[in-house]
Amino acid sequence: MTMATMNDALAGAHGKGHKLGRDLAGLAVILGLAVVGYLLFPNNLALLTRMTAIALLVLSLDLVTGYCGVATLGHAALFGTGAYASGIAAVHFGITDPLLMLACGILGGAVAGLVCGVVILRAHGLPQLVLTIALIHLFHEFANKASSWTGGSDGLAGIAPDPLLGHFEFDLWGRTAYVLGIILLAVVFALLRLVVRSPFGMLCRGVKEDPIRIRAMGASPKLALMKMYVISGAVAGAGGALNAISTQVVGLDSLSFTLSAESLVMLVLGGTGSLFGALTGTIVFMFFEDIVSAANPFHWLTMVGALLIAVVLFAPKGLYGTLAGLAARRREARR
Amino acid sequence: MSAIFEVRNLKRSFGGLAVTNDVSLAMAPGDRIALIGPNGAGKTTFVNLVTGNLTPDSGDVLIGGESVTRIDAIGRVRRGLVRSFQVTRLFQEMTPAEHVALAVLQRDGRAGRMFGHFLAMPEVMAEVAELLGKLGLSELMHRRVSKIAYGQQRLLEIAVALALKPKVLLLDEPAAGVPQSDTGRIEQALADLPADLAVLMIEHDMDLVFRFARRVIVLAAGTIIFDGSPSEVTKDARVREAYLGSYANAGHAA
Repeated sequence: MTMATMNDALAGAHGKGHKLGRDLAGLAVILGLAVVGYLLFPNNLALLTRMTAIALLVLSLDLVTGYCGVATLGHAALFGTGAYASGIAAVHFGITDPLLMLACGILGGAVAGLVCGVVILRAHGLPQLVLTIALIHLFHEFANKASSWTGGSDGLAGIAPDPLLGHFEFDLWGRTAYVLGIILLAVVFALLRLVVRSPFGMLCRGVKEDPIRIRAMGASPKLALMKMYVISGAVAGAGGALNAISTQVVGLDSLSFTLSAESLVMLVLGGTGSLFGALTGTIVFMFFEDIVSAANPFHWLTMVGALLIAVVLFAPKGLYGTLAGLAARRREARR
Repeated sequence: MSAIFEVRNLKRSFGGLAVTNDVSLAMAPGDRIALIGPNGAGKTTFVNLVTGNLTPDSGDVLIGGESVTRIDAIGRVRRGLVRSFQVTRLFQEMTPAEHVALAVLQRDGRAGRMFGHFLAMPEVMAEVAELLGKLGLSELMHRRVSKIAYGQQRLLEIAVALALKPKVLLLDEPAAGVPQSDTGRIEQALADLPADLAVLMIEHDMDLVFRFARRVIVLAAGTIIFDGSPSEVTKDARVREAYLGSYANAGHAA
């Protein structure tokens, strides 16, 4: 069972106020965690900002995989395109205003989403998965070959964003980038909450469960998926742009199969079909990676693997999904 | 002629075997027609041709006088030709209210809206409540479909179809798989269908056919062998032969 539907089924009984409460709680949790992160790791804001950018990627992946049932191992294509779009805008076209760079990233991601959607949605199941892998490799190779624009394997360097709103310099400690990232994440999260529970979100859940039934209702499953892919591209593109602005460099790794696969791992870890799950997965995975790789640089991947196996075996709905499921069951039992 | 739905000389063969062979029929608003026929008569192929899931080799399908032969299944639904499924196709993780709301929103061209929630749309909810109330599903409105009984799922299947406000409704064995104790509810729902709706029901259960239909069409080996009143159908020699033949061929199966 996906969490979104459980949330909705419960909320159906509770009505609108309950949902608004959950939204505000969600935003409060994001902002609260952001403050805690800032206080606990003032010297490691770069990691936290990177985490925010990746969270946008995982949220974006959740839209197509969790809500629409499209399995993809190539989602970094959207993230990387956003990163390159904003980086290229800054380096080659002199668009160095961070918000304009962000807009370029969002646009680039949306276009990449459209392109990927057109290709990927022609197939279903395993062939679809293979197409996504092929796509991410094509994107990667294209960026590698177009080195006069992308810097190739050296990466696209020399991105120097202007102060945010003309006031806030992107400082050495990454405070401005961090704040920008958190605000971006909060805004995106709030917008996505609207989308996933709107009629369109309901339509997408229907497509995931039974496209034939959706057709029999007179709606086009493909059109719905395509729209969602473009939205997903915009969100991933925003994450990519944030990464470009905060690190001031774009590398080929942002357009890699590894990043695509890792984002899927994060999503599964947290729980698919829930925005909270996507956030949980990102935070847990990246912290775990950071701590374990520092503690044991040789075997950290083994431990990440073990964690994932444990979660998939014992909490198949993901960390957030399982916890929310338990909470829902307790609530039902009390009624 | 004021046919709301018409099929003209529909033909389709698979590998030389004519599964639908020159089938024609016309329906007027308010018609209650049962389409029956022995196993393998071509009923499923006929439904697929009519709904646009299969392309005919020749012939025409018209809705409200407009030819939809070249229009895909989605376009036909939008023009008012709605079907229900023999085996329920519902979203297991969604609630009856969500099903009906989605159908209502889709009908009104609002299913692509990216803000708002149907629970907060009074006009949608009014329709949802009315439809589900009529079918006796009010209590289950917010329960997940996977948790409601099969008979109720069949009723929901009808509710979803009705929410699309069809002109022509194709019911594919609406009572299939429903325990005897629950068929009464379904029969009631069928009796309560809007009076101006043209209904074509494909059904095996002859009791249901006789109670529901005012006209019976018998399909055998891809052609219509009988088209007339329910009282005449049992007396018709060709119908008897077709059914007896199929019983004989199928052993005890049918």
